[in-house]
Amino acid sequence: MTGYVLRRLGAAVLVLWAAFTVSFAVLYLLPSDPVSIMLDAANPGGTVDPAQVVELSARYGFDRPPLEQYVVLLGRAVTGDLGVSVTSGAPVSQLLADAFPQTLALTSVALGIALLLGGTIAATSSWTRSTRLRGALLALPPLGVSMPTFWIGLLLLQLFSFRLPIFPAVGNQGVASIVLPAVTLAIPLSAVVAQVLARSMRTAWDAPYVETALAKGASRGRVQWRHVTRNAALPALTLLGIAVGNLLAGAVVVETVFSRAGFGGLVEKAVRAQDIPVVQGVVVVGALVFVVVNLVVDLAYPALDPRISRTPATA
Amino acid sequence: MTLVSHAPLTVTAPVLAPAAVPAPGRGALHPLLRPGAIASLAVVLVVLGWALVPGLFTAADPLVGVPAEKLSPPSAAHWFGTDNLGRDLYARTVHGTGVSLQAALLALGLGLVVGALVGLLAGYLGGAVDAVLMRTTDVLLAIPGLLLSLAVVTALGFGTLKVAIAVGVAEVATFARVMRAEVLRVRTTTYVEAAVLAGARRPAVLLRHVLPNAAGPILVLATVQLGVIVLAVSSLSFLGFGAVPPTPEWGSLVAEGRNFLAVAWWFTTLPGLVIAALVLAANRLGRVLEGRTHR
Repeated sequence: MTGYVLRRLGAAVLVLWAAFTVSFAVLYLLPSDPVSIMLDAANPGGTVDPAQVVELSARYGFDRPPLEQYVVLLGRAVTGDLGVSVTSGAPVSQLLADAFPQTLALTSVALGIALLLGGTIAATSSWTRSTRLRGALLALPPLGVSMPTFWIGLLLLQLFSFRLPIFPAVGNQGVASIVLPAVTLAIPLSAVVAQVLARSMRTAWDAPYVETALAKGASRGRVQWRHVTRNAALPALTLLGIAVGNLLAGAVVVETVFSRAGFGGLVEKAVRAQDIPVVQGVVVVGALVFVVVNLVVDLAYPALDPRISRTPATA
Repeated sequence: MTLVSHAPLTVTAPVLAPAAVPAPGRGALHPLLRPGAIASLAVVLVVLGWALVPGLFTAADPLVGVPAEKLSPPSAAHWFGTDNLGRDLYARTVHGTGVSLQAALLALGLGLVVGALVGLLAGYLGGAVDAVLMRTTDVLLAIPGLLLSLAVVTALGFGTLKVAIAVGVAEVATFARVMRAEVLRVRTTTYVEAAVLAGARRPAVLLRHVLPNAAGPILVLATVQLGVIVLAVSSLSFLGFGAVPPTPEWGSLVAEGRNFLAVAWWFTTLPGLVIAALVLAANRLGRVLEGRTHR
């Protein structure tokens, strides 16, 4: 068991290091001249002062060879120092820490809604005997994954903020302000949840223990709730790993649509201003969240399903 | 394997997985002749028509507006209504199709070609090459796709072409994984063995035998990923990193309507509906094709 945990931890650290390296390669090596991008972003269309270029290059270390820049940046990142924002001058780690609670609240509420909505669709479709109801329910997920997130958000805004003034249109104030963004973020994810759960529930309905329960006189509802849902829920744990990526990417768009402060708003502004250190910070933290959640899922598996830890750890 | 190995495969699987399997015993209608599939094909053909010959579908100018008719609701004269400058929104949507679709196809091509190449080399050469290439794709899959695209856009700058490259880069890993799995399957077949024993050179074996036989699932994946890519491209364009303003583009059309949500529902709703319809149709066709290759 210790070996399993250590291997997983090692792999997580490796992925994180590699994510830092990839983002460095993309952000610092692709553009021909990051300094002029920064200067232009800070002062669009202005004339470039050569002294300023030299000063900025020295400050960010662009005058050194790429490998040296990389080693310096990596050394700093290990200690939690992700550099300084080009536009605001604030430390990137501070900006990320300020934005994190907002995005965490939004994504957790969205995850809750998605699990509830997707789970209900999947459970109802596997429980019902009406092929028409099942068909109608299973037609929903493909619809959910086809709609652009920003469009869902704008439709909800139109209906529930402007047509019927129930929820505020923008901002972070109060519980009501999180409802529409969370629902927007939850709809595409709930479609994925419904598809995965519906499949594993269909498999569970064919299992021998279901036949036994039915033979002993259990109702379909009881079988669905006590046997099928419980057994189908475990494989769906992997969903959490997928959900993280979905939610983080979705948050960028949703927070922009609803003008909310948070991770998404931060990265959107940073990309617009080509604020390289901030963008790299967000990418690395995005990978960190992904890695941590997947690590937790991997470690939770043996705890929840004894069959996994009893088999020799080959995985 | 690493901890990310199981998650990425399921990222695309749920999207293409739902019950496309025809109900047993319900008539012997060919899957491509079902009403849903025909409607999907029609949507794709119309959108392709918009992209190739926009002038055939609308006579209105997408760039010139009539100020007196600004923000008028959908009517016989303006199917999608008009925007805040009195420009015809249907014409703007039709003329924006070419740019949006070009970006999506470019991104798809980039992801497909580079991804397939990586998967081909990793699967066929095996060993250290395989390990290095596949660990790299693991990392790419650990960074949420949109964030990776945003990083590339930051580095390259704004514009339709750059958005397309950014989305394409984020797609490489998905294609590489599927290609590698296919190559591993084909590699062990007897005809490949026979070709190697007959003295064919490695590149010849790869191009003549492995590639054609591994291509099927990759092309199906491409159909399914097209929907994902159209969504990603339009998201980046919605955020304002795509075409420069007067040029119509799907995502930016929806974004332009943001400030008029309260007074003009059609401004954001109808162009967005077109995006959703195309993605839905592409996904549907992808599932039909997928069902065919599995039989």
